[in-house]
Amino acid sequence: MSYFIHLLTHLRKDLRLEWRSRDSINGMLFFALLVVVVFGLAFDPTGFPSTTRQVTGAILWVALLFASITALNQSWTRELRNQVLEAQRMTPAPASALFLGKALANMVFVLVVEAVMAPIFIVFFNLHPLGDVWLLALILPLGTWALIVNGTFFAALGLRARSRELLLPLLLLPISLPALLAMVQATTGVLSGDLDPIQINSWIKGIAGYDIIFTTACILLFETVLNAE
Amino acid sequence: MSRRSILRIAAWPWLIASLAVLVIGFREAIFLTPADAAQGDIGRIFYYHVPSAMLSLVFPYVNFLASLAFLYWRRRDPLKALAADALALAAAEVAIVYTTVCLLTGMLWGRATWGIWWTWDYRLTAELLLWLLYVAYLAVRRYSATGQTQTIAAVLSIFAAIDVPINFMSIRWWRTQHPAPVFFGGPDSGMDKTMLPAFLWNFAGWALWGTFILIFRYVLERRRQAAEQEAALVAIEASLEISQ
Repeated sequence: MSYFIHLLTHLRKDLRLEWRSRDSINGMLFFALLVVVVFGLAFDPTGFPSTTRQVTGAILWVALLFASITALNQSWTRELRNQVLEAQRMTPAPASALFLGKALANMVFVLVVEAVMAPIFIVFFNLHPLGDVWLLALILPLGTWALIVNGTFFAALGLRARSRELLLPLLLLPISLPALLAMVQATTGVLSGDLDPIQINSWIKGIAGYDIIFTTACILLFETVLNAE
Repeated sequence: MSRRSILRIAAWPWLIASLAVLVIGFREAIFLTPADAAQGDIGRIFYYHVPSAMLSLVFPYVNFLASLAFLYWRRRDPLKALAADALALAAAEVAIVYTTVCLLTGMLWGRATWGIWWTWDYRLTAELLLWLLYVAYLAVRRYSATGQTQTIAAVLSIFAAIDVPINFMSIRWWRTQHPAPVFFGGPDSGMDKTMLPAFLWNFAGWALWGTFILIFRYVLERRRQAAEQEAALVAIEASLEISQ
């Protein structure tokens, strides 16, 4: 029970910090929007509806992945100011509560970005999904968590590294490749209606399994990372 | 006799033995074994591809176990932890060598048999992922500040180790383009008796060679650590003399 309270306190602190500055969300939103516009310019989506359906899933996830990397790099940096992180290391609260609180806060930010981006995608890419759209309500949060949980972890890992901004994508991109593959396949399957529900189902199970494995690994290892001397 | 001198005496015979076994394996694989019934001479790449693929799944676990040992000893026994870290680094480098060989020979075979260099098959993707993870591992060791490098790398190594069983099972779970497993793959697997010696000689040769490189690299890293500690000690002593 007290673990849950610690978690909630950390989450509330991160949400309040973001609410006051709105740095991450604004940055991510604009970045994701730029990626969408650049891809929209690079190939004319309105002219080729079936091609558009096949690539939109990939573009959506690439945009979200890049956007979350920009935010994740910042998310621990604010704890470094005034030695806040040192203070948190000394508190009796479990380290994994700090990690989970931070990851949940990042998750909320990215979900907000997704909610704003979805209509923009539909307008810019002239999308008419052919599959079960409600499945996206499952795929998007599961896939986002896969990116966020590892991203938050590796941002903490690289926190005291020399070139932190470079290190995060170097670590996060290979680790999230399996999740990215499953997310893109499932999303494309839903948008184009090409995959049958059993295949989409197995991709979703794949993301869920990935989430479980890596969330466990991150929670178990976070204390080591936080106290890395 | 100290451990170091045993290693030094054993090194040359070991290297010569592994090279000899590799020569025998080469002769078996290229000249003695009959060509594969289905694939012809291109099938001979199998004797290099499969041993390196199998070893590319073994050395990551050396790295993983050494990293776990490092994390365990990090506070309890820093000197042992340093040794474990050196072993982890050596194993990661050897793992990259075998993954690279496996990917390259696989691509050559794919070009000849499938007509394409690369496909996003599960096994191929998992192997590429393993390669990327170990390149990232070495990158972390270069980019992070001294003092935290080992911990950060050890944690990353645990993440990389998660890919290994998935990689091993990938051709058993999903039947896609990569050929079915030859060993431990069920009733239809296994190979013809005439092919077995070539495979076993090559596997033994590459395993011996990889172990040799692993130990060589480990000893080299230990010397680098010793030199670093020496330099640190000299610096501390010099600073003490100034203050007196």
